[in-house]
Amino acid sequence: MVVFGVYVINKAGGLIYGQELGATPKLRANDRLTLASMFHSLYAITSNLSPQVQSSGIEVIETDTFKIQCKQTLTGTKFFVMSDPAHTGLDALLRRLYELYSDYVLKNPFYTPEMPIRCELFDINLARLMEQYESGRALTATF
Amino acid sequence: MSRQLRVPDVKRINSELFTLTYGSLVAQLIKDFEDDEEVNKQLEKMGYNIGIRLIEEFLARTNTGKCQDLKETAEVISKVGFKMFLGITPTVTGWDAEGREFSLMFDENPLTEFVELPESHKQLRYSNILCGVLRGALQMIHMKVETEFVRDTLRGDDATEMRIRLLEILQDQAPPGED
Repeated sequence: MVVFGVYVINKAGGLIYGQELGATPKLRANDRLTLASMFHSLYAITSNLSPQVQSSGIEVIETDTFKIQCKQTLTGTKFFVMSDPAHTGLDALLRRLYELYSDYVLKNPFYTPEMPIRCELFDINLARLMEQYESGRALTATF
Repeated sequence: MSRQLRVPDVKRINSELFTLTYGSLVAQLIKDFEDDEEVNKQLEKMGYNIGIRLIEEFLARTNTGKCQDLKETAEVISKVGFKMFLGITPTVTGWDAEGREFSLMFDENPLTEFVELPESHKQLRYSNILCGVLRGALQMIHMKVETEFVRDTLRGDDATEMRIRLLEILQDQAPPGED
């Protein structure tokens, strides 16, 4: 149960937050941006390619060595995490991530929406969430 | 209605602190701008900036899905949105024939609990910040609306009524998969 990295993409497809976690080798900043904009475009393409009308885009990509799961909010912000393929319960993690974002990023009056996230409180609480998550405790909602 | 409306518990603060803070904010704006119309505009703008952030909190906490029509949106605004953030449930009423316009009737309003509007500020829309919040929040979920307090008990009307008019749904701004 290892989560490799956590990423947030704004409406326009720009990476506003990206971090590799734990022992995962850090990506170069440029690679991270490429990953994010690539994912953003693929999401839009898959949504249009789907034979179902009003289909969402990619929700999960599974490979032998890793897995990507994505949640797009109604406002168009995307959260996605990379983890080992056996991981279950990324849904809950993504939901908690969204809550942290709405709390510690958007409620920070000095944060400009759609801009890169540089909020220490968000980092701290994300780290705390991951700790809690890795230790296998159930994710309890804050409210 | 088929969907169950669940209101999450949120952290609470003393409502008087909130009411007084808002009061001093409005009072300061009046001092700074000296013109009721201008204050109305500023309040609306502030609300807008709150709304575009608050919507994420709302979506994250309530796990609300897409609404099928404006009727459902109105219900969610009143029964979940207002309930969650202000602890009140304004009544949804006054639909026009096409279903693109409705009113929210405020039986109670925590913002105005201690307020008496002086004669010299009859043009002031004291709670105008709420108009902005709704406009901002709805804009982020791709609905362009116009909001306005058409009646206000503070100004001597018999009720407090906010009118909300859907101008358009911003299809091109909706993210893929949500349009």
